[in-house]
Amino acid sequence: MPTSLAFLNGVDPWIFAFSFITVAVTIWMGFRSAKTSKTASDFFVAGRSVSVGWNASAISGEYLSAASFMGVAGMVMSSGYDALWYPVCYACGYLFLLLFIAGPLRRFGAYTIPDFAEGRYDSPLFRKIAVCFVLFIGFFYTMPQMKGAGTVLAYIFPGMPYWGGVVLVGAVITLNVALGGMKGITLVQAVQYWIKLFAISVPVFVLMSVHGFYGAQLGANDGRVPSVAGEPAPIVQTIERKPLVEKAPADSPWISPFGPLTTKAAKAAGLSAEQSKPYSLLYTYSLIIALVCGTAGLPHILVRFYTNPDGVAAKRTTMWVMILIGIFYVFPPVFGVIGRNLLPDLYAATGAKGTDKIVLELPRAVGGVWGSILSGITCAGAFAAFMSTFSGLLVSMTGALAHDVYGRMLRPNATPAQRMRMFKIAAVVIGGVAIMLGTQVEQLQINFMVGQAFAIAAASYFPLLFMSVWWRGMTMVGAATGMLGGGLAALACTTITNLSDLKMVDLAAFWKANPLLRILCEQPAIWTVPLAIGLMIVVSKFTAAKVPADIRMKMLVLHAPEKLGLKQEYIQEHQAGTGH
Amino acid sequence: MSTPTSPHEDRMHSEEFLHTLMRRQLKLSIACAAAFLVGLIGLPLINYYQPALMATRVAGFTLSWLLLGVLCFPLVWVIAWIFIRRSIALEDDEVKSVKR
Repeated sequence: MPTSLAFLNGVDPWIFAFSFITVAVTIWMGFRSAKTSKTASDFFVAGRSVSVGWNASAISGEYLSAASFMGVAGMVMSSGYDALWYPVCYACGYLFLLLFIAGPLRRFGAYTIPDFAEGRYDSPLFRKIAVCFVLFIGFFYTMPQMKGAGTVLAYIFPGMPYWGGVVLVGAVITLNVALGGMKGITLVQAVQYWIKLFAISVPVFVLMSVHGFYGAQLGANDGRVPSVAGEPAPIVQTIERKPLVEKAPADSPWISPFGPLTTKAAKAAGLSAEQSKPYSLLYTYSLIIALVCGTAGLPHILVRFYTNPDGVAAKRTTMWVMILIGIFYVFPPVFGVIGRNLLPDLYAATGAKGTDKIVLELPRAVGGVWGSILSGITCAGAFAAFMSTFSGLLVSMTGALAHDVYGRMLRPNATPAQRMRMFKIAAVVIGGVAIMLGTQVEQLQINFMVGQAFAIAAASYFPLLFMSVWWRGMTMVGAATGMLGGGLAALACTTITNLSDLKMVDLAAFWKANPLLRILCEQPAIWTVPLAIGLMIVVSKFTAAKVPADIRMKMLVLHAPEKLGLKQEYIQEHQAGTGH
Repeated sequence: MSTPTSPHEDRMHSEEFLHTLMRRQLKLSIACAAAFLVGLIGLPLINYYQPALMATRVAGFTLSWLLLGVLCFPLVWVIAWIFIRRSIALEDDEVKSVKR
């Protein structure tokens, strides 16, 4: 074999076949729908008429990223109980979105979050600020997707370097988005949800029937010291279990709350188990706030609420999304639990070879050709995961760049054809930057990076949306100060944490002396979200004279049932108002 | 729209209508949010103060794992379902109150 094809050595044909089919079908569907999406409106929000079932599948497909598919399992395996908060809060955050934000936003009717920011405060300046945040949060969220891509390709092609996978997958998806737009990916993502659910559930059922059920597998992780005289005998071990390697956490902290993930800072500071528990509790709450509020603020998810025909449909869609993602999230932790028993060797590895690949590797434990086929299925699911999320992010970020920066700020008089061309150029530029960032993060855990993106969204978009919808006293200055204050504080914290974790800046001694600061920096939501809301209230009170004059009408549009037709009236008044 | 002084138009644009509208919606949302926040805030607290209870094994799972990893999803579905039904009813009611 020539050296240029050396990376094909050791490739499992089944795994390769399933992955290849997933990618090929995705691209084919993207190209096919590219032919039918002609107008600019098709490109941005799919012509605003996607049915509830399709839209719910597509939102779920977009939402279940590499973090959900691979990262949750990897994190449950490496950190145990504490990692369960991730899938739970990813799902619960949706409830927040439904309760407080989905309905009003839909009634207000605008293409993007920057549209909302401008419409609510009549301020083009605020639109620019909002656009910057769409891009910021988006890039933070693309990095873990890229890590997922690199990990999967490094698994399928054992000879391929991590960066090679990132570049290959990134280029394919970028091309797909540039040619298809949102209409393309609505269809693709709806299908990808079902691929993902199939790929995560079928191997779990097969694995459980061969190696023992979820509960029994978990039961094998018994923290008690075995057979001291007079004590009851430990649970009879019927589950096959390989010895844990040295780097793996012990059973008892792994399965109990306040384990390795949340006590890391306190442990590093040399505190005892009892002393570190309050720190763990703080960490847990901060994580919950970040994930729940962050979900409600993710721009690429929010934009999809506009693709429903009306507000009732938007609510029904959210209900279905919660059911679809709730079902999905039961499965990834099972991989982590079984993986701890069957593949403890992964604890010793780092980067693309570490626990993040448990979902891909574990199905092989079934043995034989079936093991390879199942592993091929989970690889296909992983492809579906990062491809759909990355496409969604790319569309929302490209939309921000093409629709807002180009269409509104640089060239307001651009023709539709020019806008379409700009959409494609913007997709390539953003895809390129995302690939470059993705090659840098091999050492960071997928799920951890997603948590950070959520922490930034939680401190910027969530307060903005929540307060703008429910408090009429908000002014543009207040909203901008709060969003920037909270968002930048969270951004600064995550950047410091990442630089420290990647060993670019040495903060080990400082973290050791200040475990509390480390937790507040690693999980900043517990103080940045109140900071953002507080700033909004205080600054708005000081600038109360600047509350938009037609605030009552705006609030009516946000809250009154769509059947009353206030939106049309508002548009008429608004056009008359700006005409003179 | 040409007769902005007709009775139902007036009612729709009145301060009072907006105020009740927002209050009723917010009350419903907060009631539903409270139901699930009790669980989300409560579970870490129970874990903290009653570790032995939460470590009880139920079919292999610890109690805490079973609650968080499996049972909380159906709870969220129930809350969402109740909210959607109520909020659609609320909207119909509001439309009626204006069009009366």
